[in-house]
Amino acid sequence: MKNKVKYRIGKSSGFQVLTTILAFACVIPLIAILIYIIRAGITKINWNFLTNVEKPVGEIGGGIAHALVGSVLVIFFASIIAIPIGILCGIFLSENRKSRLAYWSRLSVDILQGVPSIVIGIVAYIWLVKPLGYSAISGSIALAIMMLPIIIRSTEETLKMLPDTLREAGFALGMPFHRVVLKIIVPCGISGILSGVMLSVARIAGETAPLLFTAFGYQFLSLNMTKPMETLPHLIFKYAITPYKDWQDLAWGASCILLLWVLLLNIITKLITRKWKVQL
Amino acid sequence: MEGTIVKAINYNAYFGDNHVVKDVNIEIPKNNVIAVMGPSGCGKTTFLRGINRMHELIPGATAKGQILLNNEDVMEMHPIFVRLKIGMVFQRPNPFPNLSIYDNVIAGYKLNGIKLPKAEKDRIVEHSLTRVALWNEVKDSLTKKGSFLSGGQQQRLCIARAVAMEPEVLLFDEPTSALDPISTSTVEVLFHELKKNYTLIIVTHNMQQAARVSDKTAFFYVGELVEYDDTKKMFTDPTDIRTQNYITGRFS
Repeated sequence: MKNKVKYRIGKSSGFQVLTTILAFACVIPLIAILIYIIRAGITKINWNFLTNVEKPVGEIGGGIAHALVGSVLVIFFASIIAIPIGILCGIFLSENRKSRLAYWSRLSVDILQGVPSIVIGIVAYIWLVKPLGYSAISGSIALAIMMLPIIIRSTEETLKMLPDTLREAGFALGMPFHRVVLKIIVPCGISGILSGVMLSVARIAGETAPLLFTAFGYQFLSLNMTKPMETLPHLIFKYAITPYKDWQDLAWGASCILLLWVLLLNIITKLITRKWKVQL
Repeated sequence: MEGTIVKAINYNAYFGDNHVVKDVNIEIPKNNVIAVMGPSGCGKTTFLRGINRMHELIPGATAKGQILLNNEDVMEMHPIFVRLKIGMVFQRPNPFPNLSIYDNVIAGYKLNGIKLPKAEKDRIVEHSLTRVALWNEVKDSLTKKGSFLSGGQQQRLCIARAVAMEPEVLLFDEPTSALDPISTSTVEVLFHELKKNYTLIIVTHNMQQAARVSDKTAFFYVGELVEYDDTKKMFTDPTDIRTQNYITGRFS
């Protein structure tokens, strides 16, 4: 009997050690990528790199300013499109759990999440670029489609977690449905909704495929959303496949910036979730 | 007795095909405490939620018959007006966790977009919290979130929130079943105070509570209103054999 218990205690601690090791193993690839990209890229980042635009091969001092501005603009407009639609759809799904429309729209959202980004790019190309020409706004629309499922599902899941008694408390005070949703449900779930939004932005910040056919890329600084525009992931793609050493260096620098950007977004998300969490 | 405030005429409630409340006829006199008791699943909560039209919020729930509030049929009124006149307190305390204690009390105004001058708001908050005997406990922490209070205090905050709207009737759905005995007795004392201004309808599992706080008692059994009489008569000399059995604990 004693030996049996000893054996089980041994097995239990062995299992604990194993889970710890495997948990650590998950962190290794991330750390390796971080170290490698930061080492290769950080030395390329300087003031000129951030403020100059593309220069011809061989000329020293080319930068990524046009891509930085382009990425910010494209993501900004993608967010303007996706956030209201996504949050409202999430509210609908959480408030009408059993309706037929909710079932089908939930299913569509799940499928949309699985659609490869390049396919979304091609669809945007056929719908928008073919009739209207390459434009930054078509890139925003393609990215907005990619943001939707993340925002919708995180909104729905967050709001579903809120107890029904909160809704009832609102209705019992004579509040109409839209006020119950906007004044009680959404404020109580705001941290979850915002973290979904931030994650979706982080997710599309590095998306290249949909931009290949839409925003297309451009070698100068442009603020015109109806014309082609350079973006960070596309610039990395463009520079990385060239045989020129100084352009490849620019690609490393840009990768480093993009990585830090996404990292920052994730950290902000964590802070928001902690700070704005409503204690139920 | 100053007359009837709530009257149900042939009231029936359903969940889908399930007939939960059957042909209830009841007259509730003003400024009284009415206890509604009966075993689990007898339809007492459904009846209560029918009075302020909360019942129909549940998908598949329907109701037939009439509920008169001051001789006006609430089934014909817009639910929002009904709920402004008939307040409700739930089984579990449910203060709004995103609002301060102060804002919780005036939530019915604030969240409905009714603008009030600051002095008026202060008056309502102090008045309502005093009514529920919470003012002295929270007057220095009105800006704190409502969810930091203890369970009993939260429940009294919820009562204050309902009282602040100056309704005519207050419905309580097992208001003390999630509270400890001390908080329970505080809330019970409140009922005596509140009935001076309001009519209280209280659903309870607890027979002692019904006997302690109510003027009249209604006994529900499998969806029917079996007996409705003065509480004293009900607990000492019930007419129906089912009431007698329930009160003496022969079934639950």
